[in-house]
Amino acid sequence: MREADLVVIGGGPAGLCAAISAAESGARVLVIERNKVLGGQLVKQTHMFFGSEKQYASDRGIDIAGMLLNKLGCFNNVEILTETTVVGMYEDGVISVLHKEDVYYKIKPKAVVVSTGAFEKALAFPNNDLPGIYGAGAVQTLMNVHGVKPGDKVLMVGAGNIGLIVSYQLIQAGVEVAAILDAAPRIGGYLVHASKIRRMGVPILTSHTVKEAIGKDFVEKAIVSQVDEKFRPIAGTEKEFDVDVICISVGLTPLNELLSMRGCQMKYVPQLSGFVPIRDENYETTVEYVFAAGDATGVEEASAAMVEGYLAGLCAASKIGCTPDDFDERKSDYVKQLNDLRSGPVSRHILSGIEQIVI
Amino acid sequence: MRIEKHPILEFRRNKKISFTFNGEKIEGYEGETIAAALHAAGVKVLGKSLFMHRPRGFYCAIGNCSSCLMKVNGVANVKTCVTDLEEGMVVETQEGKGEII
Ligand SMILES: Cc1cc2nc3c(=O)[nH]c(=O)nc-3n(C[C@H](O)[C@H](O)[C@H](O)COP(=O)(O)OP(=O)(O)OC[C@H]3O[C@@H](n4cnc5c(N)ncnc54)[C@H](O)[C@@H]3O)c2cc1C
Ligand code: FES
Repeated sequence: MREADLVVIGGGPAGLCAAISAAESGARVLVIERNKVLGGQLVKQTHMFFGSEKQYASDRGIDIAGMLLNKLGCFNNVEILTETTVVGMYEDGVISVLHKEDVYYKIKPKAVVVSTGAFEKALAFPNNDLPGIYGAGAVQTLMNVHGVKPGDKVLMVGAGNIGLIVSYQLIQAGVEVAAILDAAPRIGGYLVHASKIRRMGVPILTSHTVKEAIGKDFVEKAIVSQVDEKFRPIAGTEKEFDVDVICISVGLTPLNELLSMRGCQMKYVPQLSGFVPIRDENYETTVEYVFAAGDATGVEEASAAMVEGYLAGLCAASKIGCTPDDFDERKSDYVKQLNDLRSGPVSRHILSGIEQIVI
Repeated sequence: MRIEKHPILEFRRNKKISFTFNGEKIEGYEGETIAAALHAAGVKVLGKSLFMHRPRGFYCAIGNCSSCLMKVNGVANVKTCVTDLEEGMVVETQEGKGEII
């Protein structure tokens, strides 16, 4: 069994920031990431960041990942394990990891920060399992990381920011976007993004949903229909789109099986997109020495995930005896940054979700 | 299916890698995942589902959903969306849960 001080699970924006701030506090940090590369979802985000003024607004996600990694590289008290998945967290504080497919061992850390991120939701409709129906994140990975088009003609489902941005990125990659649908009567994402896409000739159909996908081995057609105020399809309003890709962008769900397994008290909070851990203001869960940050504690955006990471890393380091002299100032600065990020009208529902889990 | 011109990104495709898919020779590039290389070659169906034997492609591309499982070098249930392509790999569509060796 390997001993460790602070283990950070997941090397996305939240985990990287947690590691930076804990290392700055003097803690010995071990970052464990299942992918080959660090950066989490940032590595496929080619657009400029929106929303936040302070946290790297107007930088591209891909560049932010690089900046955080450079920062992390300055510390000699940080060790990084990639291609290593944490597969279990147990009552006695032991975690088990699997490196690639065959090296399995246990680690006993003093504290952990769980920043495992989120995964994409699916949508129920007949034939929704056909190849050619992908999550928006998968389409981004294929296009922006590997330079491969998902198909020739796409129907985008979801007019939130991700749906709008990925539509724009599809057009940049030379793919036709037939239309963007949203079941809600209004566009969920920022209107600047929506108008940009509309100007490029892509219709945005609100109060519409996918009724059915058609195809034998893969998608060949999508049938959409209008919905009433209770989201029920209205008969006779069907339209057909000849598309070979249906891109589902209907939100993310926190990925936190590890926290459940460890016995952290969890709660289903719709505003935070799923089951999330009950926690205190230091991002410590109901299990002592287990902290959580980023999308795993509620789906929001990368900027908030980064500040949560900084805060959780600082508090977790302090918990195991590495309290920097300026602990109080740093903590209140992070809290202030989070409050600023969440001050807009769009964040109201996030705040009402957070209220339900902070003890 | 490869993007040749992009306003922001540049795709450096250096080393070609050849592999087989269901016995047929295909080429991909170093640094690509198996699923990406197959997709670039027009292969969308990666396997057949467990009970209904319906075609399966990838869904999440980050290793979470198990929709992209294939048989690689004789080993079943490889997540091809997060596994890098290697020279000479033998990649096959997987039926159901595959043969576990
Ligand atoms: C398609 C898409 C578009 C987006 N666009 C934007 C945007 O424009 N602006 C914005 O602010 N936000 C955007 N976001 C959201 C943003 O990416 C996330 O809020 C942010 O990445 C969350 O950071 P995180 O560190 O919590 O999680 P992630 O970035 O998901 O990182 C989690 C990491 O943990 C790793 N991991 C998971 N489980 C384990 C395990 N058991 N063992 C080891 N490692 C593990 C994962 O591999 C991953 O690297 C987008 C998200 C998606 C999916
Ligand atoms: S596509 Fe989801 S695990 Fe590979």
